[in-house]
Amino acid sequence: MAENIAITWRRIPERYMLEGSSCSTCNTKYFPLRKLCPKCRRKGKLERMRFSGEGEIYSFSQINSAPAGLELQAPYILAIIKLKEGPKLTAQIVEASEKDVKIGDKVDQVFRAIRTDEPEGLIHYGYKFRKI
Amino acid sequence: MSTASGIVGYGTYVPRFRIKPEEIARIWGEEPERIRKGLGLEEKSVPDLDEDAATMAVEASKNALKMSQIDAEKIGAVYIGSESHPYAVKPTATIVAQALGATPEMTAADLEFACKAGTAAIQIGMGLVSSNMAEYVLAAGADTSQGRPGDALEYSAGAGAASFLIGRQKSQFVAELEGTYSFTTDTPDFWRRQHAHFPSHGGRFTGAPAYFRHVLGATQGLFEKYGYTASDFDYFVFHQPNGKFPLEAARKLGIDTKKVMAGLMTPKIGNTYSGASIIGLCSVLDVAKPGQKILLTSFGSGAGSDSFVINTTDLLPEARKRVVHNLAWYVNRKTYLDYGLYVKHRRKLKSL
Ligand SMILES: [Zn+2]
Repeated sequence: MAENIAITWRRIPERYMLEGSSCSTCNTKYFPLRKLCPKCRRKGKLERMRFSGEGEIYSFSQINSAPAGLELQAPYILAIIKLKEGPKLTAQIVEASEKDVKIGDKVDQVFRAIRTDEPEGLIHYGYKFRKI
Repeated sequence: MSTASGIVGYGTYVPRFRIKPEEIARIWGEEPERIRKGLGLEEKSVPDLDEDAATMAVEASKNALKMSQIDAEKIGAVYIGSESHPYAVKPTATIVAQALGATPEMTAADLEFACKAGTAAIQIGMGLVSSNMAEYVLAAGADTSQGRPGDALEYSAGAGAASFLIGRQKSQFVAELEGTYSFTTDTPDFWRRQHAHFPSHGGRFTGAPAYFRHVLGATQGLFEKYGYTASDFDYFVFHQPNGKFPLEAARKLGIDTKKVMAGLMTPKIGNTYSGASIIGLCSVLDVAKPGQKILLTSFGSGAGSDSFVINTTDLLPEARKRVVHNLAWYVNRKTYLDYGLYVKHRRKLKSL
């Protein structure tokens, strides 16, 4: 199923530039964007920030039967990445199979197509990660 | 032009995957030596399934920005040249600009002129910065080009991108864009109709009346316009649809072919179309010393050539150190594909 265009559009800063939030009260960083700091509640003050894209593999697994739109890419590695600034996110590791990755490996963000609504829909772009 | 434009940062991108001519020749029952020697090709690059002209232009441009140390928000225009823009209607340049963080206070457009759309972007950038219409312009060429299965182009059509941040402050130039000259005619040597997957070409017609006439015409025109001769230049970079044509162009111009080798990347990564001549330029910039003179001549079927005089500056060696992922890094990391995986990567099944 194609992703709703409004959702795709709203998520462009997050997906293209790793835009998230930083709380200037407690200095906690959040990804994706948040409107409220769960630690500080009303005292929190959230500002937009861009993450550097550097991080490490926190955990991973190989996906052998991929969801619709990603069939051709299988098998691929889906990992939880711990960003250098703190937050974790889930993303594909490009150019790697199970034997190439281990927990703790340093990775860097790359810009790739994350799904394509075939045959006539949008190409959705966003972050994936590559081993340094 | 009383120039006030130069390159303040440059970057490249080449995908990780490669296929050798032997592997393609095996499928079609061709003689691999004929391709290797005849076309001067060792291997070519193949993009991953999630890569296209937009994603490659983004990575090349990030490298260029890193070198320049300039804030992306200062970019006033983004021009992306390609003949494989991911959409038929919807700009690639907006995707690239947004991913770099250059939006919204800027202009953008996609360019198309077969293999010379990247140098067309550079010329537009030179015009905009030297007329004070923009402080910085990002000009890139990127292609994931396709050859029809079994066609000669299947051995050469590669993937890659090069990106240039063009500015007007001399104190920031890693290389000055001293001048440019173009040679353009209407020549039907290569084309692809709107809904066709693969291009058609005029076979041998692509040589003398197309490539050589325009490359030589632009290069000689540049010599005359700026009062140079071949011996004034340390390096020459010509469009490189294969490994042979640029060397033949050099011979016809009486240039020592050694001056062409540093910028000859097609034997290792294939013809990257809009990326080809400008990746060659980056390859030269990666090794050139300060105060050297480079001549760049692109070629785009249809047909035209843009020629440039480019002078390296004292800033170049330090600037290069800021980029970890330089052309050599991309060219040396590689994973070979067999034809089966290659077909999957290039989604060729539907067209067979
Ligand atoms: Zn807080």
